[in-house]
Amino acid sequence: MQYLHNIGAYFLMIAEMFRKPTRWSVMRTLILKDIDDLIIGSLGIVAFISFFVGGVVTIQTALNISNPLIPKYLVGFATRQSVILEFAPTFISIIMAGKVGSFITSSIGTMRVTEQIDALEVMGINSLNYLVFPKFIALLLYPFVISISMFLGVLGGLTAAVYGGFGTLDDFILGVQTDFIPFHIIYAFIKTFVFAFVLATIPSYYGYYMKGGALEVGKASTTAFVWTSVVIILLNYILTQLLLS
Amino acid sequence: MIEVNNVHKSFGEAHILKGISTSFEKGKTSLVIGQSGSGKTVFLKCLLGLFEPEEGTIAYDGKIYSELTDAERRDLRGDMGMVFQGSALFDSMTIQQNVMFPLQMFTKMSKSEMEDRADFVLKRVNLDGAHHKMPSEASGGMQKRVAIARAIVNNPKYLFCDEPNSGLDPKTAIVIDNLIQEITDEYNITTVINSHDMNSVMEIGEKIVFLKDGHKAWEGSKETIFKTDNEAVTNFVYSSELFKKVRRMYLDEND
Repeated sequence: MQYLHNIGAYFLMIAEMFRKPTRWSVMRTLILKDIDDLIIGSLGIVAFISFFVGGVVTIQTALNISNPLIPKYLVGFATRQSVILEFAPTFISIIMAGKVGSFITSSIGTMRVTEQIDALEVMGINSLNYLVFPKFIALLLYPFVISISMFLGVLGGLTAAVYGGFGTLDDFILGVQTDFIPFHIIYAFIKTFVFAFVLATIPSYYGYYMKGGALEVGKASTTAFVWTSVVIILLNYILTQLLLS
Repeated sequence: MIEVNNVHKSFGEAHILKGISTSFEKGKTSLVIGQSGSGKTVFLKCLLGLFEPEEGTIAYDGKIYSELTDAERRDLRGDMGMVFQGSALFDSMTIQQNVMFPLQMFTKMSKSEMEDRADFVLKRVNLDGAHHKMPSEASGGMQKRVAIARAIVNNPKYLFCDEPNSGLDPKTAIVIDNLIQEITDEYNITTVINSHDMNSVMEIGEKIVFLKDGHKAWEGSKETIFKTDNEAVTNFVYSSELFKKVRRMYLDEND
């Protein structure tokens, strides 16, 4: 029953987020701040993880190909497919659920505990629009983060292949170019936009409606991470079934 | 003026406010006192429009809140200032930005006009020179003064304070009390303060409403509270030996 209550309250929160907009002069500042916190602040960790995981995917693929009949360029092909289809959009989103999601939940939750949200409401401000909407807009730039992740994942794979002695540069590049289907990029970005919405709203929901003190802020962050990850994985399955099958 | 008529508020099975009627006059500092759990905070949140009573009405200068449209309620909220127990300053903003915030949201002032107004109210609460500090760098007393400055920056008609002295030393608490009273007189505001600080009651209680178990058990002023024989009030207000002595001395002097 509590699950149904949470789902209903979540959708009501989303509807409320678009009502009674905050003044543009204030909203603009909030959006820029959230772009800095959520997008620019995530680039470092995303770049680091993407480059090295791309490298690991390449090494694992190369080590598991022992049949001499399988062409060498398959390593580049497999790396590209893994990184573009799943690693960059889905697994980076799970990592972002931890980094960005817990930041959103704890910052909004702390505002709840310290009555800052009550202060906004007393002033007649739609606190959901003020707090959640700029995060939603900022995360519309999330595909930019995923593009960087895709590029660095493939670059990491190339570096591992060439400098690790698992293939030549030409073989890897041939693999990356082989059977390239542009719709796969569209599929990846459709997923990215959906995950961006989930990343902005589910952690906000758990922060906004939390009750209690500092300990509960920590618990809300953990719960938000768990549910954001679960929803991302479920939506990943549904979107893949709808768009690729 | 705020007129409260037969206000009831429940949360599920718990009936918190049980038919409270009273009024708070313009230009006067009114205190709502009572033990923890007596319904003070729920009552204040009803006055602020954060909770809607199931029964009864609250009228602000004749305008009944429950009969107002959303736009009218928003306008009314623009006339309210609130000082929260924990100050509720926005962590990510400087002290000056905190004070300018209501102006940014509700007025069409230019940036320089807003800065001038913020400077003026910060001076008024004796916080000149702290503009660029973050709230975390300010002491408890300074944070309270910033909260008062933010509450009055937009010239409110109604000022609400939830335990403005909590966590402050007695000397700073008196400074905050006097500041609230001076501002109430100066700007002719209707001020309502939730408190269980007896020093505040004796210092600035021009009107006192005593709540007990969700009922209004007594109302009067700082003068009449000495003379009352209402047992609930005397048990609460004169629970310490010091206040018992003060009361005895007052009654002896005035007999």
